[in-house]
Amino acid sequence: MLDFLASIGRIFILFLQATGRLTLFAVTGISHCFRPPFYPRLIGRQLVDMGYYSLPVVGLTAIFTGMVLALQTHTGFAIGAETAVATVVVVSFTRELGPVIAGLMVAGRIGAATAAEIGTMRVTEQIDALSTLSTNPFKYLVVPRLIAGTIALPLLVFVADIIGMFGGFLVATYTLDYNPRGFIGQMWDTLSTDDVVSGLIKSAVFGFIVALMGCYNGYHSKGGAQGVGSATTYAVVSAAIMILVSDYVLTALFFSS
Amino acid sequence: MSDRVKIAVRGLKKSFGSKVVLDGVDFDLHEGESLVIIGGSGSGKSVTVKCVLGLMEPDAGSILIDGVEATRLAGAERLGLMHKFGMLFQGAALFDSLPVWENVAFGLIQGKGMNRARARDIAIQKLGAVGLGPEVGMLSPAELSGGMQKRVALARAIAAEPEIIVFDEPTTGLDPIMADVINDLIIKCVKDLGASAISITHDMVSTRKIANRVAMIYKGRIIWSDIAQRIDHSGNQFVDQFIHGRADGPIQMEIRAL
Repeated sequence: MLDFLASIGRIFILFLQATGRLTLFAVTGISHCFRPPFYPRLIGRQLVDMGYYSLPVVGLTAIFTGMVLALQTHTGFAIGAETAVATVVVVSFTRELGPVIAGLMVAGRIGAATAAEIGTMRVTEQIDALSTLSTNPFKYLVVPRLIAGTIALPLLVFVADIIGMFGGFLVATYTLDYNPRGFIGQMWDTLSTDDVVSGLIKSAVFGFIVALMGCYNGYHSKGGAQGVGSATTYAVVSAAIMILVSDYVLTALFFSS
Repeated sequence: MSDRVKIAVRGLKKSFGSKVVLDGVDFDLHEGESLVIIGGSGSGKSVTVKCVLGLMEPDAGSILIDGVEATRLAGAERLGLMHKFGMLFQGAALFDSLPVWENVAFGLIQGKGMNRARARDIAIQKLGAVGLGPEVGMLSPAELSGGMQKRVALARAIAAEPEIIVFDEPTTGLDPIMADVINDLIIKCVKDLGASAISITHDMVSTRKIANRVAMIYKGRIIWSDIAQRIDHSGNQFVDQFIHGRADGPIQMEIRAL
């Protein structure tokens, strides 16, 4: 019994240590975002990688999710389905589906790539080389990604919201035979600034989480190719979990009242 | 070579868990001197230079660089001190996301804030100094052979004209001819810059060629140090066994029976 309790205690202490290290990493990253030197060229490159190149995968996911959502809502509401479909598509996308779907897709694409790139730099001594060339590796590698992630995801989500609602509109008008003008009018009436803004704030947090987990796991990877592989897995899994947990916390914060 | 001490290391200790890697390392590097630290795998060579460069924090001991205690420096002060250093890594450690010329110019652009056009001219000039043409500058590091990567890494190490250059296993993984080319380049570059150099290696051909002074590290301590010409008459059985590459002797490799 004592052994069992001791092993639970050990796991809890390890969890606290890991949380502490991650928190310290995040706080250091945020503090460096406001102190020179800044690397605008690198931030721009990361914005293109994280934002522009993620557009196809996020757009494709969003349009099919919007289409499925319209179909499912139609089958679920026997009476007043036309109004319900428009409302559900708009509210679901702006509040939840846009940020979460984009966050998860970017976690898979960018979180993995970031962890792999920085992890490889760690095990091949490229990060040490940065230090010997009078360059702070944290500022050069981590900060541009944190800034780009926080900016790129809200932009992606804004586009994903539009594409997702367009997917719902396509199914509603071509498959379910709703009146296009009436459907758009209903969507427009349902659309609320608060919902859109809360979704964009969520997505900024998710973007930060994706970049943070990619950088953290890559920066601390060790042991060659296997270590880099593990770092990549941890980056994606931990980012996905943290996105879902923080989604609940932010939703409770925004909508509990 | 002058009597002025560039780096003075005293009582350097470093452990990883229960494994003691450095157990009180002491050595001096004089201005203009080329010091080669020899020793077997796992003897603490790389950890020693990583502590000197601030890439690892020692558990105890002192590292004076031009009289400044480097173990207490952090942040901007540490980065400032790094302007004095150039480093050639064992695996070259070139940034694979950047073309060759930008690798060479990196310390000038990011470390010293030089404009890109001027830094590029210097990078091409340094590539020439290590026997590579300007066309190599546009290539990616992945397109280069191992020997060319080492030469590019050497060009990067000397680009900012450092006062101290550190070479980590400069000839490891190269064929004997390319290794000799790298040795010649190291001698030329150190001489042209008037720099001091620390090299760590277990390549005795390279050691004999580039060293003014040799120090041998064993079990985390410097057990012998003298001018390079005396290495064959050291009177130290550990040194004798190492330089002749004999399996029998006081140095017992940790080999598990099959």
